[in-house]
Amino acid sequence: MRKNGSNTKTILFLAALAVVLLFLPSVLTRFYTYILSLIFVTALLAMSLNMVVGHGGLFQFHHCVFYGVGAYAFALMITKAGLPMWISFIVAPFVSALTGLIIGWLCVRLTKLYFGMLQISLGSLIWAIIFRWYSLTHGDDGIHGIPMPDLIASTTSAYYFIFLFFVLCLVVMYLIFKSPFGMTLQAMRDNPDRCAAVGINVRRHQLTAIVLATFFAGIAGVLFAVLERTVFPDLLFWVLSLEVFIMCLLGGWFTFAGPAVGAAITVALRTFVGIYTEYWTLVLGVLLILLIFFLPEGVMGFIYSKMESSGQRDAAGPRGV
Amino acid sequence: MLSIDMAALGSQLFVGLSRSMILFIVCSGLSYVLGVLRVPNVAHGSLYMIGAFSAFSITKLVAGPAGFWLALILAPLIVAAVSFVAERALFCHLYEREHLMLLLFTFALSLILGDLVKIIWGAEYKSIMSPAAFDGSITVLGASIPKYNFFLLIVGPFVALALWLFANKTKIGKIARAAAVDREMVGAVGINVSWVFAFAFVLGCFLAGLGGALVAPTVSITLGMDHNLIIEAFLIVIIGGLGNLWGAMVGSLIFGLTQAFGVLFWPQFAIVFPYMAVVIVLLWRPKGLLKSVW
Repeated sequence: MRKNGSNTKTILFLAALAVVLLFLPSVLTRFYTYILSLIFVTALLAMSLNMVVGHGGLFQFHHCVFYGVGAYAFALMITKAGLPMWISFIVAPFVSALTGLIIGWLCVRLTKLYFGMLQISLGSLIWAIIFRWYSLTHGDDGIHGIPMPDLIASTTSAYYFIFLFFVLCLVVMYLIFKSPFGMTLQAMRDNPDRCAAVGINVRRHQLTAIVLATFFAGIAGVLFAVLERTVFPDLLFWVLSLEVFIMCLLGGWFTFAGPAVGAAITVALRTFVGIYTEYWTLVLGVLLILLIFFLPEGVMGFIYSKMESSGQRDAAGPRGV
Repeated sequence: MLSIDMAALGSQLFVGLSRSMILFIVCSGLSYVLGVLRVPNVAHGSLYMIGAFSAFSITKLVAGPAGFWLALILAPLIVAAVSFVAERALFCHLYEREHLMLLLFTFALSLILGDLVKIIWGAEYKSIMSPAAFDGSITVLGASIPKYNFFLLIVGPFVALALWLFANKTKIGKIARAAAVDREMVGAVGINVSWVFAFAFVLGCFLAGLGGALVAPTVSITLGMDHNLIIEAFLIVIIGGLGNLWGAMVGSLIFGLTQAFGVLFWPQFAIVFPYMAVVIVLLWRPKGLLKSVW
């Protein structure tokens, strides 16, 4: 735990950041407002993944499935079922969470690599179904031009909408992170055997964490659809999942805000690199190798360890996953 | 659906079996690396793709049947060379780190190799011909089976046998198995464990290249082929039991055959059948059908 003094500083910093972010769209061009919205969406996705990977110690290798399922559920409910946008908005994350419950239930029976590889397989199955089911999902083409209410139709209003939900989700996730449940989860990551020995139902906690994380991933997916008004099968592709995994690594596994930082860096870099070259994955691969060799604790982990002496870290110290 | 005849069944049986053999050759390499280094090599699919593209280039350079046989030998060696460089330059420095870092490294490698293939060979579809000796087909059970499929049915078990003999009967194969179980002890008796791992890694990647070269005449060679394959390969080694050679064989057969027969029942979603088989197997035996070496 950090001292109260630095806690106040953190709150002040966050408040200042929020104010800046609120006023940014009035000075930025539409393109940068859009990029900033995309960063929020991606950051939410990365943080939801970190709930299970960083805090839970689970090898959630195919998280984007739930992101894509949320986005597709949202898009299909509007375009195919003709449901109002707001109802779809509320229901879609629950569809993600349900998918998370089913896949999670199958996966928590296994541990570590078996868990991760089974999840990649099951997630790829969902990807294959969406990719092939042309009559429902338009396959490779995706679904375009999802109608949005006038209230959030413009880039700027979509920005505020996304920002609002990003902050809301962040607060809820932080409360979960600090709750007894969150603490138990982190304890299980550090020593699952001892937790089981003191009577904690490890699998049930892990499954709960997966369902929560997939719910937030679903919200991120819906927000993506709100921003882009388009969904396509690449949202569920496993390469994207590993890319989000890299964001968590880049920002720092064991911190709360790290993945958001990682997401911001990655999205900004992809936008920037995309101007000059089509070989983004090459750049990403090189970046990942540099990270593995030189910054395995991530940007935020590095900053924290510089800021504070060892053993005083806010979001728990470093350890093997 | 009711009009499925024996010829269609027989034909799909051989399609499934020959597909299984390709899958087995690739998965045996993946499984071997898993067994010794305990790392699921995500770049395995990319190396398989490089094998196929190299085979294409070699058959372009050397015309005629000689080109094909040369490709079958050289393409896996090219892949082995690529993996050797990656292993010695970067990968070997990570052996003391957590397994997740090793896994992420292989992912980075697959990203880089994927784009390098795009830079070297371009994004167009490519295809190569099998040699004239394999033209035509043989009629079995009323179905005509391409001769090349029979060739694959011979190569698959041959690779299995060779790899089994290597791992169990040769000295270096035994050392590699020992290093997988107790790295420090093997090091303590004066063996350079890092080079043992390098050898195992390169051997596994060689098999990925061999699989790529063998599959080249039967499919169109494209950029996405690595992604499709690596997921299937992961599934196969899981249901077979991680690191178990015969498990990889059983898994490949399950995967190849369910997909081939699935095509008869529901062509659009044939890919669903092997995945269903995987889920059923894992619900029944969460750690795979045969004993995992872990």
